[in-house]
Amino acid sequence: MKRLSKAFIAGAFEHPTRKAVDKTVPQLHAEVAAGALKDAGLTKDDVDGYFCASDAPGLGGHSMAEYMGLNLRYIDTTETGGSSYLVHVSHAVDAISSGRCSVALITLAGRPRAEGVVSLAARDYGGGAPELGFELPYGPTITNQYAMAAMRHMYEYGTTSEQLAWIKVAASHHAQHNENALLREVVTVSDVLNSPMIADPLHRLDCCVISDGGGALVVVGPQHAKAIGDRCVKILGRGESIKHLNGGRVDLTYTGAAVSGPIAFSEARLSPSDIDYVSIYDSFTITVLETLEDLGFCVKGQGGQFVSDGNLISGVGRLPFNTDGGGLCNNHPNNRGGMTKVIEAVRQLRGEAHPRVQVPDCLLALAHGTGGSIGTRMGSATLILGGNNA
Amino acid sequence: MSTNERNYPAPVINLETAPFWAAANEGVFLLKRCETCGEVHFYPRAVCPHCLSLKTQWFKASGKASIYSFSVMRRVEIPYVIAYVSLSEGVTVLSNIVDADIDQIAINDKVEVTFRRSESGQFLPVFRPENYAQSIDS
Repeated sequence: MKRLSKAFIAGAFEHPTRKAVDKTVPQLHAEVAAGALKDAGLTKDDVDGYFCASDAPGLGGHSMAEYMGLNLRYIDTTETGGSSYLVHVSHAVDAISSGRCSVALITLAGRPRAEGVVSLAARDYGGGAPELGFELPYGPTITNQYAMAAMRHMYEYGTTSEQLAWIKVAASHHAQHNENALLREVVTVSDVLNSPMIADPLHRLDCCVISDGGGALVVVGPQHAKAIGDRCVKILGRGESIKHLNGGRVDLTYTGAAVSGPIAFSEARLSPSDIDYVSIYDSFTITVLETLEDLGFCVKGQGGQFVSDGNLISGVGRLPFNTDGGGLCNNHPNNRGGMTKVIEAVRQLRGEAHPRVQVPDCLLALAHGTGGSIGTRMGSATLILGGNNA
Repeated sequence: MSTNERNYPAPVINLETAPFWAAANEGVFLLKRCETCGEVHFYPRAVCPHCLSLKTQWFKASGKASIYSFSVMRRVEIPYVIAYVSLSEGVTVLSNIVDADIDQIAINDKVEVTFRRSESGQFLPVFRPENYAQSIDS
């Protein structure tokens, strides 16, 4: 029995650059848009819905729509950090199925490496944020916030640094086959543990890369999909959520995936055991571990055991993940990894991943994005995708 | 100990939080409790995040807490300890641990509030091991 889908991912494109010294951010947006439209066999004149987040320069999508010459009847600039682009896919399904647009373009781009962005700086999303006075003076960084989640997870469940390291090891095994990956060297558990401590208990190799570039997706309805053919990927389930500090009732041992995952699985009428491949946002190793637990791939607290001994390595373990090398090794464009998570899931479902990491008969995949910080406020989004034969 | 501590950026203060910071300058840690639902919340707001009531009242906190989680920031000029500490009033707050051996800190350690001057002169609540005062006396 073939599953019905209200909308499809018809085009996907990841920019090959990892350091864009000679390109502007608008240019990168337009290049990835052109790449994804070409992949779908469409042109920019087919696009009537545009989705972008705060990495698109200018007011909302206005500037980028003008730059790219798009004529739109639908716009969505939902901002949930690195998970925005999975949320955009979900919102595009609703917009298309309610007739608000027929071809939805989603873009992400940025050049933090070329611009020399200092990753250790405390994050400040704007002077009006009500929590600022109670956070910024204490030196929160991206890394030490995630580190506190890891520290608490270790305390409550006995998770170890060796177990976290296995996540990086698996990503590196995949990245060696990706010629565009920033880090292609295969690493071992002891390489991770011997890398410099950034913020206890996270080492340098527990952290993702900083890279330039971007990616784009094209989402279409059933009529377009029929014309485009069997490279279209079905969107079977979608979930999103926001988790925060809840007025001081803090729990760092779980993520918003605990909400977004069950919603997506319910819509798809699938369970974790049905999934052949996962793309899991990997800003840090702990992000992957908590997310896999929250999505139900293992019992809460047993993520450490689950990821160990190569269980996430394609062709070796039970749950191949991030076969492009993920944010840990391949690419984390503009510090936002959600887009590339969807793109690699699309490659897997089309059978177009690198042959050394392609999951045989990959029919059902899950992509998950996390935005903001698992140490404070996060946006989580889950997509369950199916190949043409799903 | 304060000679080898990092400089503390000044907190952003707004209409809702000005009493908190004024009290901090007097060495007092204030919290807010909702008169409608009875719940304590943090960071302090004019509107209760648990029931959206406008009837939130300041009260003086005990300043006693235990460490919920922490991390030592190593890759900086002066390493520092960021932590979530759980106050005895039931809320967990972001802060720094000071006056402590950064390699000996553990989750569940008992801590108490103390204050540090930020770059603007505004005092800022931070936490130190509960036995700190005794350890320097002996």
